[in-house]
Amino acid sequence: MTKTIMMLLLLFLIACAIGVSFTKNLLVSIVIFMSYSLVMSIIWIFLESPDLAITEAAVGAGITSVLFFVTLRKINAVEEEEEDEQDPGRLQ
Amino acid sequence: MSRIREDYNKTAAYRFRHFVEGDLPETIEEPTPEELEALCPPEETHGHAAAASESAEGQRQGTGKPRSPSEQFVDLKERDPLEDAKRFAEMSGFRWFRRIYQIAAMVLCVCIIAMLIITVGHMPIHGSNDTPTSNEVMERYLEKGQEETGAPNLVTGMILQYRAFDTFGETNVLFISTCVVMLLLLMKKKEGKTEKPAEKDGESRYEPGGDIILQTVARVVVPMIMVFGFYILLNGHLSPGGGFSGGAVMGAGLILHCAAFGFSRTARFFNEKVYDIIKVGSLCLYAIIITYYLFTGANDIASIVPLGKVGNIISSGLILPINILVGLEVACTMYAFYAFFRKGGF
Repeated sequence: MTKTIMMLLLLFLIACAIGVSFTKNLLVSIVIFMSYSLVMSIIWIFLESPDLAITEAAVGAGITSVLFFVTLRKINAVEEEEEDEQDPGRLQ
Repeated sequence: MSRIREDYNKTAAYRFRHFVEGDLPETIEEPTPEELEALCPPEETHGHAAAASESAEGQRQGTGKPRSPSEQFVDLKERDPLEDAKRFAEMSGFRWFRRIYQIAAMVLCVCIIAMLIITVGHMPIHGSNDTPTSNEVMERYLEKGQEETGAPNLVTGMILQYRAFDTFGETNVLFISTCVVMLLLLMKKKEGKTEKPAEKDGESRYEPGGDIILQTVARVVVPMIMVFGFYILLNGHLSPGGGFSGGAVMGAGLILHCAAFGFSRTARFFNEKVYDIIKVGSLCLYAIIITYYLFTGANDIASIVPLGKVGNIISSGLILPINILVGLEVACTMYAFYAFFRKGGF
């Protein structure tokens, strides 16, 4: 049972790693990168190193992706979509 | 504006951009004066406005004309055609190099991957006795670790007792990296004071606009995250966790608070002064503890700090204070990175 879960997680890891480099949208690739870190932290628990799992979840999935999001906003890569979402009334 | 454009054609940045994009230099046409007038009407109006404010009325057309863009672009027309040909040869050479570069990069990548895979094949099997790590050091750690450090969590005991000096180096790396980010991102503020109003506009745009979902969630979640982070810090020597992970969790809580309520609310309890005190203070205290370790270890003096009963929170000597200091340092670093990236300062 553990082995099948482990296999699934590893397959998901590989899929994420390939998906990050092949997505055109930067926002989507960051979210995929985030899920990569999350899966990696579960794998750390399976490998009996919970210390690393906590750090991976906090740093990899949390702070690194937040920094990526902030950088994307700084270079105006996500601005248009957010403006559309925030005030649709302006268009009417 | 026109001056900048003229110089820009000759700069290395311009050539580099077209080298990266793979454009021909011929495709960049020099705009005719009529096109230029259409392109930059704001400058002309500015000129008119300035002229109008300075001189008496009635002379507007007279003072405005010398500043018309057609005369400022005279230099561009008189460019040597030989220079153009030279630049074209250079650019085509660059393009050739670019193709070689791509092939070389791929070959290099494949070579490195092959080397790594071959090396992995030669590594000893995981957990076998032949591994270089299974020597007397590991045995000593496993057999006497809990006795000597007083920490049931051997990982923390090893990191913060046997190898405390390594961890001190890592904490220093964190400190220095924040300093470098500060140097890079705070430089602009000192240079140009004229850009400040524009920057402030940007800041207000990046301030969160009272997103009610985020605020409601943050009000519940942020205290839980902070308490959990502090729990990880305090229990670093008993259960999984420690300074780095606990500090990262606390930093994430601070970032969430800042993202939900804005820099002004976070600055009430965590401004630049507090940040400086915590960051430098914790590093200095850590250095003092390390000095104590080194002194007692090198002179073979028994440590005065009692190890306490294994399993209690206040036990295992100096591991607990070191954990707290490292955690505070990491939390400050994480929040500082966020603040610098978001706003360029506190």
